[in-house]
Amino acid sequence: MAVTALIRTPAPRARRAPGQSRSSNLFIYFAALILIGLMLAPVVYIVIGGFRSNSDITVDPAGLPTEWRWQNYVDVLTSDVFWRQVLNSTIAATATTLVVVLFGLMAAFALSRYSFRGRGAIYAVFTAGLMFPMTVAITPLYILVRNLGLANSLAGVIVPQIAFALPVTIIILVPFLAAIPNELQEAAFIDGCSRLGFFWRMVVPLAIPGVITVGILAFIGSWNSYMLPLFLLSNDELYTLPLGTQAFASQYSVDTAKVLAFTSLSMIPALVFFSFFERRIVGGLTGAVKG
Amino acid sequence: MSSVRDSSQSTATAPGTAGSDGGVQTSPPSGRTPRSTPPVPQPRRRGIGWGARAELAVLIGPALVVFVAFVIVPVILAGYYGFFSWSGFGPPTDFVGIRNYVTILTDPAFHEALGHNLFIVVMSLVIQGPIALVFALLLNRKLRFQSVIRVLIFVPYVISEVVVGIGWSLMLQTSGAFNGLLDKLGLGALGAEWLSDPSLAIWTLMVIITWKYIGFAIILFLAGLQGIPDELSEAAAIDGASYWQIQRHIVLPLLGPTIRIWAFLSIIGSLQLFDLVWIIWGQYVSSTAGTSTMATYMVANGRGAGSYGYGSAVAVVLFFISLIIALLYQRIVLRRDTAGAITTSPKATDKPEVAS
Repeated sequence: MAVTALIRTPAPRARRAPGQSRSSNLFIYFAALILIGLMLAPVVYIVIGGFRSNSDITVDPAGLPTEWRWQNYVDVLTSDVFWRQVLNSTIAATATTLVVVLFGLMAAFALSRYSFRGRGAIYAVFTAGLMFPMTVAITPLYILVRNLGLANSLAGVIVPQIAFALPVTIIILVPFLAAIPNELQEAAFIDGCSRLGFFWRMVVPLAIPGVITVGILAFIGSWNSYMLPLFLLSNDELYTLPLGTQAFASQYSVDTAKVLAFTSLSMIPALVFFSFFERRIVGGLTGAVKG
Repeated sequence: MSSVRDSSQSTATAPGTAGSDGGVQTSPPSGRTPRSTPPVPQPRRRGIGWGARAELAVLIGPALVVFVAFVIVPVILAGYYGFFSWSGFGPPTDFVGIRNYVTILTDPAFHEALGHNLFIVVMSLVIQGPIALVFALLLNRKLRFQSVIRVLIFVPYVISEVVVGIGWSLMLQTSGAFNGLLDKLGLGALGAEWLSDPSLAIWTLMVIITWKYIGFAIILFLAGLQGIPDELSEAAAIDGASYWQIQRHIVLPLLGPTIRIWAFLSIIGSLQLFDLVWIIWGQYVSSTAGTSTMATYMVANGRGAGSYGYGSAVAVVLFFISLIIALLYQRIVLRRDTAGAITTSPKATDKPEVAS
């Protein structure tokens, strides 16, 4: 209970200071509407553009479709290229997420529930990882991966992604696991459970909310990742969606409508994923930020 | 609930560095548990037998190995390769000392890129901060459609840089939707070369960055605001404070830690900016349009030119610039939130922390 409470978004509270009347609430809805409009306009442009024809777009770049054409979307959805890239992205993101969560849970368990010399140092090493974004390491990382013979393979993308996702994962999970009451652990020991048994039977199920948060972060991070695949994948059979979308955009730069259709289809998975688990992500941030 | 949170913190932060570099993700800095108090008693402190050691190795080993091999080692390798002139094949042999670094630091193109980065750092803070704050304050109340509003605000942050880049560059090109829209509104005279005009391009970039990342700031601030107890505002209201007085004198100061952590993340992100610029402007246009960043300079002159030694040296420079700025920021700004920061000198951590 307490564990899940940590990461839940607190129930929204009414914050009605004096002077807040109906009309001021109306103003707020209006402001929110404008903000949302600005945030969505480019996305809407991309999606609607996919329904137009190229001549339409040339004549009137900012207009609505004269007739809604499904052809662009159908073309993309029936092309092997698109699905191959979806598959590549899915493989990369799923493998990254699974391994990050597994390794992260194990390390966070050790760091939060064992006491040993060097624990602080190891924890510090992982937190320091936040200071090294991929940008700084990318050049030697490319050489390293190439020397391992993993250039031009999805594994070459997955393994470094795991490494770079570990710090955030561990930092989110450690407080989570530390919050599991010791009584539970003692009870488990009394019942003859080993520490590792305790890990599998108690910790993993109890940490599910935290696991979901870090899992989503890792998945979306991998799904959207651009720099690493750009460096490592030169074979277009292996392109992930971001890389493939860009390649498509430059290859068919004349066919704006189809580029827009391709682009809007490529952003669907991340959006769907996010809106399913929105509460978790926002809740995770909330739990982390507030005292 | 609160006792659980407390114990979680003392165990979580006991290793010493949780607060600062962890930024958002860690349990928050707090003055409640001074480091000197012993951590919550660990269950089964049975010293470290061989069995426990083996368990530890199994548990931490995989994460540590992958992390060290693919994060720490490359960063160190960058330091090593930076001293060579090297095309990336075979072992580096052509040792050139600090020549790469001299070249970088005297290259006007790098100065330009650095200037752009600093501009982006400052403008991101100046533009996004206030706007996000205003919206967070406005939205921090019971609203209908609350979660819908949040999801929609967060949309640009979730979609990939490639989608953002392609969408915006199609919209902003000369015969794109934005100029078309201006035409329709009778403002055709305002139309411009948003992407290629050197005096405009960096501002265009700022607009796109703001659009993409402001949702994150708003959500973060909203999260922080929900941690501020209502009672404080209510008490102030009873004492006759106006709505804006309450926001200014009570809510804003209490939101301080969140704002400072957001600013830290924003600064680091701005210094490392690569994807958006590379996708929208590409290698060549970004330098003529005046939107190059240190990271695009690094890729263009490193891998792009086949000089991996040089690229590594740029990475090192980029790293040190980020590190210096991050350390300065932590020393000057974040210190009051998280005594100790990156440098975990015991002296600093023992100091009573300012209640935040």
